[in-house]
Amino acid sequence: MNPRRVGAVVLRQLYLYLGSPQRVLPLFIWVTLDVVLWGFITRFLGQVSHSTFGFVPGLLGAVLLWDFLTRVMQGITTAFFEDVWSRNFLNVFASPMRVTEYVAGLVSIGVTNSLVALVAMFVVAWAVFGLSFLAYGVAIAPFLLVLFLTGIALGVLGSGMVLRLGPASEWLIWPIPTLLAPFAGVFYPLNVLPTWMQVVSHALPPAYVFTGMRDVVAGKPAPWDQLAIGGGLALAYLALASLFFAAVYRFAIRTGLIARYSAETVT
Amino acid sequence: MTAPVLLAERLCKSFGALKAVDDVSFQVARGEIVGLVGPNGAGKTTTINMVLGVLAPTSGRVEIEGIDLARDRSRALAVTNFAAVYAPLPGNLTVEQNLRVFGMIYLVNDLQQRIEQLLERFDLKRFRRTKAGVLSSGEQTRLALAKALLNRPRLLLLDEPTASIDPSTARDIRAGISGLVDAGDCGVLWTSHNMYEVEAVCDRVLFLSRGRILLEGDPKQLPRQHGAASLDDLFVAVAHEALHNGGSATAQAAGAGA
Repeated sequence: MNPRRVGAVVLRQLYLYLGSPQRVLPLFIWVTLDVVLWGFITRFLGQVSHSTFGFVPGLLGAVLLWDFLTRVMQGITTAFFEDVWSRNFLNVFASPMRVTEYVAGLVSIGVTNSLVALVAMFVVAWAVFGLSFLAYGVAIAPFLLVLFLTGIALGVLGSGMVLRLGPASEWLIWPIPTLLAPFAGVFYPLNVLPTWMQVVSHALPPAYVFTGMRDVVAGKPAPWDQLAIGGGLALAYLALASLFFAAVYRFAIRTGLIARYSAETVT
Repeated sequence: MTAPVLLAERLCKSFGALKAVDDVSFQVARGEIVGLVGPNGAGKTTTINMVLGVLAPTSGRVEIEGIDLARDRSRALAVTNFAAVYAPLPGNLTVEQNLRVFGMIYLVNDLQQRIEQLLERFDLKRFRRTKAGVLSSGEQTRLALAKALLNRPRLLLLDEPTASIDPSTARDIRAGISGLVDAGDCGVLWTSHNMYEVEAVCDRVLFLSRGRILLEGDPKQLPRQHGAASLDDLFVAVAHEALHNGGSATAQAAGAGA
């Protein structure tokens, strides 16, 4: 893998950000709006419930972490879509760039985007609602890492789906996090779900993250063993997503899909 | 004779029952410009896509500078480049940004210096900060050619490079490519529907129809050898015969050309 080629993919995206503020704003604006909206909802719930449950860390914290996963995924898929939208596939794939270098570039962009969004979320949550993840120290890092790996896996999977199904299929990709959220137990413990949903939940790495975070917020020790299962699943999904993308790429080369990609032909 | 920069050996590509390219073999030598001509749907772009590694042949093989494309794709494509009207560079990047990004992809040394050379050669200096999407079609073609020369390719694939530009610019581009080939170790595979251009530029021409090579030879000699007034007339005659006689025309035409 040549880092200069990976850098070329990242530089292309950087040029796009520098050239159009409308691409930069979404990095901050949606997460900020989410934090503000859910911040006030949690504050209101705290006022009316007279409960000892910590709504701000429990709900707002969950929103922040879920947004983080979403940003990782969308950072990757959006960078991929830029090549779809500008009909650049032939130039990219008829070059000496290896598919691993291309995907590494997309992941680098996803990582950078999500870190920018994470900082924005942390700052707003701390400044407006007094929620500081720093209070949890480095213990939060493994939770973020599992979400991070899951977001990368979803981003690579989504990019592979669009490569296989054509440009119009991008609408299938955007709602993936929303579809997963009910199963991941972002806002509630898994035991409120029906049994069949719990079975699905246990196959999703974020479910282990949010279950663990609720324990931590409640003052219990972090369930590292459960988080390790989530981490293992996330790594497995990342490997599977990478294999899926590589298989779709080989299919696209065999059938000529890349050469006539803009025709939206699905065979 | 030195080894060819491009060796295409018994290339076949089928899409279901359709044979888009059928047992096509040819070479491009260093310092040679080979024209690939034929009617629409003849298999020219399919052939070029196979040489570019974006379409796997059903059978057959491609070697670029002695490197097997299927086995070592990245190394083979590092010495190749292309320009095609259907592959514009991203319109949301400026001219200079496009050249820098693709220069990095092709691992070009002294990239800034190379960019400056190409901006000068293709008269693009005044557009360096202009987004590629707002350039005229002729300017976009010049940008695509600048990108195609970034890595000083040994094999240059040009798919109708002058299709959308004015005669004066087209002449300059033809002269530029010819000069490049004369001066270096580059070989060019050039597709065009403009027979005047093919005759003016190409050392050798391959007539492709229905996925097969029907004729091959010197574009200046071929018309006389086949009793045609011009390359344009020969093109029309061969395409017409192949269209109406199918496979039998292939044998006749190939026999006539031998």
